Amino acid sequence: MEYIDIIFQETYKILFLLVPVLVSVAMIVWLDRRVWAFVQKRQGPNVVGPFGLLQSLADALKYIFKEIIIPASSNKIIFILAPIITMTLALIAWAVIPFSEEQVLANINVGILYIFAVSSLGVYGIIMGGWASNSKYPFLGAIRSAAQMVSYEVSIGIIIINVLLCVGSLNLNDIVIAQKNMWFIVPLFPMFVIFFISALAETNRPPFDLPEAEAELVAGYQTEYSGMMYAMFWLGEYANILLMCALGSILFLGGWLSPIELYPFNLIPGAVWLIFKILFLFMLFALVKAIVPRYRYDQLMRLGWKIFLPFSLIYVVLTASYLFYFNLLPKI
Amino acid sequence: MIAHTIFFYVFSIIAVISAIMVTVSKNTVHSVFFLILDFISISCLFIMIGAEFLGMIMLIVYVGAVAVLFLFVVMMLNVAQQKNQWFISKDNSKHIPVGLIISTIIFFELIIVIGGWKYKPDLFNAVGLNSSDEISNTHSLGQVLYTDYIHIFQISGMILLIAMIGAIVLTFRQREGVKKQSYVKQISRERSEGVELLEVPSNRGIKIDD
Repeated sequence: MEYIDIIFQETYKILFLLVPVLVSVAMIVWLDRRVWAFVQKRQGPNVVGPFGLLQSLADALKYIFKEIIIPASSNKIIFILAPIITMTLALIAWAVIPFSEEQVLANINVGILYIFAVSSLGVYGIIMGGWASNSKYPFLGAIRSAAQMVSYEVSIGIIIINVLLCVGSLNLNDIVIAQKNMWFIVPLFPMFVIFFISALAETNRPPFDLPEAEAELVAGYQTEYSGMMYAMFWLGEYANILLMCALGSILFLGGWLSPIELYPFNLIPGAVWLIFKILFLFMLFALVKAIVPRYRYDQLMRLGWKIFLPFSLIYVVLTASYLFYFNLLPKI
Repeated sequence: MIAHTIFFYVFSIIAVISAIMVTVSKNTVHSVFFLILDFISISCLFIMIGAEFLGMIMLIVYVGAVAVLFLFVVMMLNVAQQKNQWFISKDNSKHIPVGLIISTIIFFELIIVIGGWKYKPDLFNAVGLNSSDEISNTHSLGQVLYTDYIHIFQISGMILLIAMIGAIVLTFRQREGVKKQSYVKQISRERSEGVELLEVPSNRGIKIDD
């Protein structure tokens, strides 16, 4: 009986987290397309519902009713598993995101490592989809994407080390609380810039969307996918983008902390601040998509390994020596 | 406690079965996927005994990086065919004695380690690992890793670095006559050297030297 109670409560909590995430993913797709359109002086989706707000729902309905085609020469089990894995991994990482000091599904000790691990598993959805399709373009896209994601994960890891040096804990709530006096974007501004660009590459967003470069690879790893399976890849991708925005706002923009600790701002709950910060970062993502041309593959690799990696390593040494010299290293 | 036991058995059964499937499955790519499943369930087991740092690092390093490279190699080199041939051919039992010897050695090593830890509890204490509930195991690992065992830690880092340099040296080949795109050359191109405005005489055109 006790167990059933626990399971019931936890399921309730999980639904309360996942449904908003999924709805906001749908909304964010609409926002992305609108921003993109406005930069290019177009209207964007504006027909379905007020301001076209229901466009994503209409798209989802369309995808649900489309036929799922499984290529005859594909590896069927892995072909079906790939979108499921992408979607699951994009959603389970939300379990550790703190929306305020108490509002967090799983307040675990190694929260940041958990997010890092889950996002590094995200490669598998893509590589499995690309391989199982048994077709040239998906395979090329999958290989590109795997190389790209593995390379940029390294620099994201080192950026996270920078933040952890200042915090002294792997818990996401501790990371947020450590920014009470000053958000980490101020002392670690170069790291924030590198994190933002690496997050673009990690989530396969333009200008680093080489895995699905439509001019060369049709649609990359998702060429053979149709119907709801394609939609799951797409939802997982956007859920990952939101997750990266959330991670960026927790690491650098103070998470659920309000910018000013004064009377009217204190009343606004932390979750609202976090959502504002996520939206701000997402607007940057959308703007970058609209205004920056696509990178060439060798430029992408060069940027990751020859510029970001050494620079963030040097910054680790600088941060560590600064903290050590002024005796600011966090005590346990 | 019951739930804990159930989860332990679920994860360990998955780990054992997928470990067997790694060796048994005919498709090499499937073997790698089973290996990944094995890594994941073992990191779940690590997390269940409270070693959450080790479990996460296992996920990040082995599943997130090493297994991806495995997959790369297996997919690119078409090992599948070779493995199939090996399955069909007569002499596929030649490797079994060697494998048996190696696995017995590993088995006895495991018995020594686990037995030592089980029957001599001071062996664990001799490591100096602080396993109290007050500090997280990330902190307690850091406390011994960067103080008592700093030399061993540095040496293992050096070994990895040497392996990395060795791999690069082995595969690095300077090839002649390959056209390369020089990044610096491309972005340092000025308009003056790229574009030229010419007055075109009527009916004659201009000669472009290429």
